[in-house]
Amino acid sequence: MTENLDGTRPAKGVSAIAAKEGGGFPNPGLPPHAHRQGDHDRGAEKRAERIVAVMFLISVLGTALFIAAYFVFTPMDRNLLAEPGTLHAVRWSNLFTGLGLAISMFFIGAAAVHWAKTLMPDEEVSEERHAIAGSPETQQAAADIITGGLAESGVGRRPVIVTTMVAALAALPIAVLAPLSTLGPLPGNKLHHTFWKAGLRITRDHDGTPIRADEVAMNSIFHVMPEGLDSETPDYLEERAKAAAVLVRIDPALGKNQSSLDNGYEGILAFSKICTHVGCPVALYEQQTHHMLCPCHQSTFDVTDGAKVIFGPAHRPLPQLPIEVDAEGYLVARGDFPEPIGPSFWDIHKDK
Amino acid sequence: MKALAARRHHPMAFVVILLLALLATGGLYAALQPRSAQAESYSQDDVAAGEALFLANCATCHGTTGAGEVDAEGNATGPSLVGVGAAAVDFQVGTGRMPMQMSGPQAARKAPQMNEEQTRQLAAYVASLGPGPSVPDESTLDLANADLENGGNIFRINCAMCHNAAGAGGALTRGKYAPALGGVESTHIYEAMETGPQNMPVFNDDNLSPEDKRDVVAYLKALEENGSPGGISLGSLGPVTEGLYAWTIVLALLVGCTVWLGAKAK
Amino acid sequence: MATTTPTKPTAASASGSSAAQGGRMMKLGAVGGAWLDQRVSGAGFVKFFARKIFPDHWSFMFGEVALYSFVILLISGTFLTMFFVPSMDEVVYEGIYAPLQGAHVSRAFESTLHLSFEVKGGLLFRQMHHWAALVFMVAIFVHMFRVFFTGAFRKPRELNWLVGFSLMILGMVAGFSGYSLPDDVLSGNGLRVVDGLMKAIPIVGTYLSMLLFGGEFPGHDIIPRLFTIHILLVPAAILGLIAIHLVLLVLHKHTQYPGPGRTDRNVVGFPLFPVYTAKAGGFFFLVFGIIALVSATTAINGVWIYGPYDPSPVSAGSQPDWYMLWTDGGLRLIPGWEFTIFGYVISLNMLIPMAIYGALLAFLALYPFIESWVTGDDREHHVLDLPYNTPVRTGLGVAWISIYVILALAATNDLIGMKLHLSINDLTWFFRIGIFVIPVLMFYVTKRLCLSMQRQRRDLVLHGVETSKVVRLEDGEMLEIHEPLNEYDRWVLVQHDDFRPLTAGNGVSSLRAAATSFFFKDRISPVTPAELREAMAHAGHEKHEIDALTGGDYTTPDQRH
Repeated sequence: MTENLDGTRPAKGVSAIAAKEGGGFPNPGLPPHAHRQGDHDRGAEKRAERIVAVMFLISVLGTALFIAAYFVFTPMDRNLLAEPGTLHAVRWSNLFTGLGLAISMFFIGAAAVHWAKTLMPDEEVSEERHAIAGSPETQQAAADIITGGLAESGVGRRPVIVTTMVAALAALPIAVLAPLSTLGPLPGNKLHHTFWKAGLRITRDHDGTPIRADEVAMNSIFHVMPEGLDSETPDYLEERAKAAAVLVRIDPALGKNQSSLDNGYEGILAFSKICTHVGCPVALYEQQTHHMLCPCHQSTFDVTDGAKVIFGPAHRPLPQLPIEVDAEGYLVARGDFPEPIGPSFWDIHKDK
Repeated sequence: MKALAARRHHPMAFVVILLLALLATGGLYAALQPRSAQAESYSQDDVAAGEALFLANCATCHGTTGAGEVDAEGNATGPSLVGVGAAAVDFQVGTGRMPMQMSGPQAARKAPQMNEEQTRQLAAYVASLGPGPSVPDESTLDLANADLENGGNIFRINCAMCHNAAGAGGALTRGKYAPALGGVESTHIYEAMETGPQNMPVFNDDNLSPEDKRDVVAYLKALEENGSPGGISLGSLGPVTEGLYAWTIVLALLVGCTVWLGAKAK
Repeated sequence: MATTTPTKPTAASASGSSAAQGGRMMKLGAVGGAWLDQRVSGAGFVKFFARKIFPDHWSFMFGEVALYSFVILLISGTFLTMFFVPSMDEVVYEGIYAPLQGAHVSRAFESTLHLSFEVKGGLLFRQMHHWAALVFMVAIFVHMFRVFFTGAFRKPRELNWLVGFSLMILGMVAGFSGYSLPDDVLSGNGLRVVDGLMKAIPIVGTYLSMLLFGGEFPGHDIIPRLFTIHILLVPAAILGLIAIHLVLLVLHKHTQYPGPGRTDRNVVGFPLFPVYTAKAGGFFFLVFGIIALVSATTAINGVWIYGPYDPSPVSAGSQPDWYMLWTDGGLRLIPGWEFTIFGYVISLNMLIPMAIYGALLAFLALYPFIESWVTGDDREHHVLDLPYNTPVRTGLGVAWISIYVILALAATNDLIGMKLHLSINDLTWFFRIGIFVIPVLMFYVTKRLCLSMQRQRRDLVLHGVETSKVVRLEDGEMLEIHEPLNEYDRWVLVQHDDFRPLTAGNGVSSLRAAATSFFFKDRISPVTPAELREAMAHAGHEKHEIDALTGGDYTTPDQRH
């Protein structure tokens, strides 16, 4: 049973094809054709013709609606249903131009398909397939051309040329690396430092105002940035991407991690807002459980325990920003984050 | 001006100045005082009626004095209400979260059980337990002068991570959630920020000023007013519902066409 | 070309147009045709293509849906490039959207809002572009699994399967790069996830990230770079592969479902001209109309609500478009595994999901080669398998889809949790376990279902169709008369190939023997003529009836002894 059903032997050794007893049933061939109503009924044919024509006409109406809507339901100038320059005007413009376009397109298609189905021949036709592989003669001719060409080029006889050619082609891709390197700088120590430094006041993210310790109520959260980081700062967004932090206040009695409390001020703790998994802003703070949740992949951090991971894909705790209070009672950083913020990378633990 | 200059030396001038200074100080004090002290004036009757309602509806969990209750295993059945203020009551009772129907991960919004008057009386009673945030008045919530851009910025930075950028709500840990904000009354949104109900952090006036909070409310109302210019919003839940729509409604329309196209005409 | 022209039904040929009009059109056509023929061999093309046969089946149309969505993407995308500015320079927004007036936004974001709100028809084109992208990927998936489940990837179409697979990957790249262009909070956080994943690659990760973003995330280069990728590189590659896909389609000719008169040596259907020109051409307009309808009525990706990108904010329910969802699911399910070796970090919480995605894609790409190695089947196949006739392949496909769906669902666990009042922690654990258990279960159930369908069809062939006519025998027994199937209906149920497990040795490795056993251990063979004759004789049919129905000479049991 190692033969294929068509009598040829499988090229790849033994096949798992099970031959059918007696070759199985014979193919009965195409069944007799069943005619449509329209094929012998003049009335049905006329009806189909009318439907096709009506659908083409509906498409014309759709096009007219599209053009009209484009000029009488505009977002900014004339709009029959809403004040121009409002989102309501945009909505009507979108709705009517869209419907016009939909009608004009859909009914061209519907008409063409209905035409094909009801009025064009519906008897199935059989076409022979041709072998995909060339005939033995063609295959031979092709092989001859290739071997002849190779012989003419002397690939076989000139090993030096072949070797050097391979060397040249192998060396070339390395050249690609050079222009590739201009796409960006080397990482250097950029990922190891943020805008925070000792003495910088902690300010509200949304308006840049500094925060006094007594303003941080129990169970509240402040989204914060370092003082002086504003749109004038060079690489503003890059710095924000690393400096983003949150300030929470917990009852120190709840604290489970003394060194974390020591880095805070009377239960006020500052943590990086950037998830240590893949870098989403964390910041879904539950004030009763003191859990901080990342909305992207649900890593959950316990802020009473030094932002340790208690659920989800993150591994490292959120880096904590050491803080203290300055002479005027404002919260300030005691330095940068003790380790790089955000997702882990190869040399994250190396000092740079 | 001359007349004023002439009367500066009048013996009564000192008294007038003193009065003016007192008024100014008082006014300044009133203006600078944390909002919690701007208590709405509740009558003694309100407090008494509120206490009766409290004992009948809330004392089981919050204790007969509103100081909280602890069950046999030492777990708090209800938190202390001393100092939560009238705003917390107006929010919790006004949105139907309290009295709680059944215990669960968190109290859900439902049709309020108390009418407005009863809510006011309960608020009066709880406010009498200790000073706390009061119900914001109309001038605080005058949205006409609000800065939408500021409100949107604050909302995205402080609120969207839980409540979703469109205010459509979002999940928290272990079955808790940040509710959708659509259709919530301005006062209640404001009170929620002020008091931090359940697991929501507190955004008191030291964090977000009353104007900031008003701007946030105005931004949410503007989102509602603007609607969805592109058509059906699909719950404003983003790419997931859009993908689901593509796999169901749109694919069904396409399959309908392909089946019609492939079927033999009669 | 052995095309047989059908005899035209008389009614259809005598339609309205007068002979004179027809004559004039013919003459014009002849002049134009000759002109083209002398310049571009028009006649040759017409002769080659116009009577190409295409089989008719609704499930064959999804490749076309993908193609047409791509055309719509090109059209709407061209419109968008007229107004979109791929720049990350900061500007102050001053358009009509009040809640952002005065906000500092990038040019990319500002121009997206401008073209959505202030350009006539802009929002419509933007929504059409995005909906068409979703439909493009839906159609590719449906098309790919139609091909998978019907075995259309078998010889000679393995390479075209790979071309299609590459198109699916490129579709994902095109989609993701486009989704990021408006520079809003949602897509910006998506890019940040990509940045995080990149950095996790050992040794070179941080270098790659710096090269892609032109420095630290987000930098000033990523939007212009993605723009070039999105409007030039990827579409050009997609166009090229579509061309190869279609050339191979013409070369191989279309596959067809099994049916009477359909063999591996012919193709039965309708000619390209006129029937398929009308049907397939019309179908383009239908797809366009549907996408326009959806775009007119349903909002998609309101970037003004997400706001301009800033690294600080994030929105609850942050997910990528549906075709990327599965890549987010693994990141949610993986526990926080990370270890440090010689002071260097290996972030398994990112590397394992990426490895799983790679393995899933590799399985899909290589499946045709795996299956042909197992079967050793070297024949050309143009008649499709019915999915229930290949229980193991169908089971594997369903298992693959179930992994994909679980990953996609895991990526939406927060929305599921919120809408169904479930805990995201419980859901995560459910999916963590489910991703191991459910695919196995799905494979087993699907395979059993296929086998029972095969069994049912065997019974149908052997015993015929119930006629509702009941007779009462002399001994009081009631019997329902079964009508034997006619040969056309029967053919579909008995035509398929049969495979059996191999034993190791004799050129069969033990691995391959195990593989064939996995694939073909449980098998229901198609009915053979002999079996049918037995069954009919058993049911009391006369020899002449049996011979007429089975096309053979039935040896009655009496004759055998």
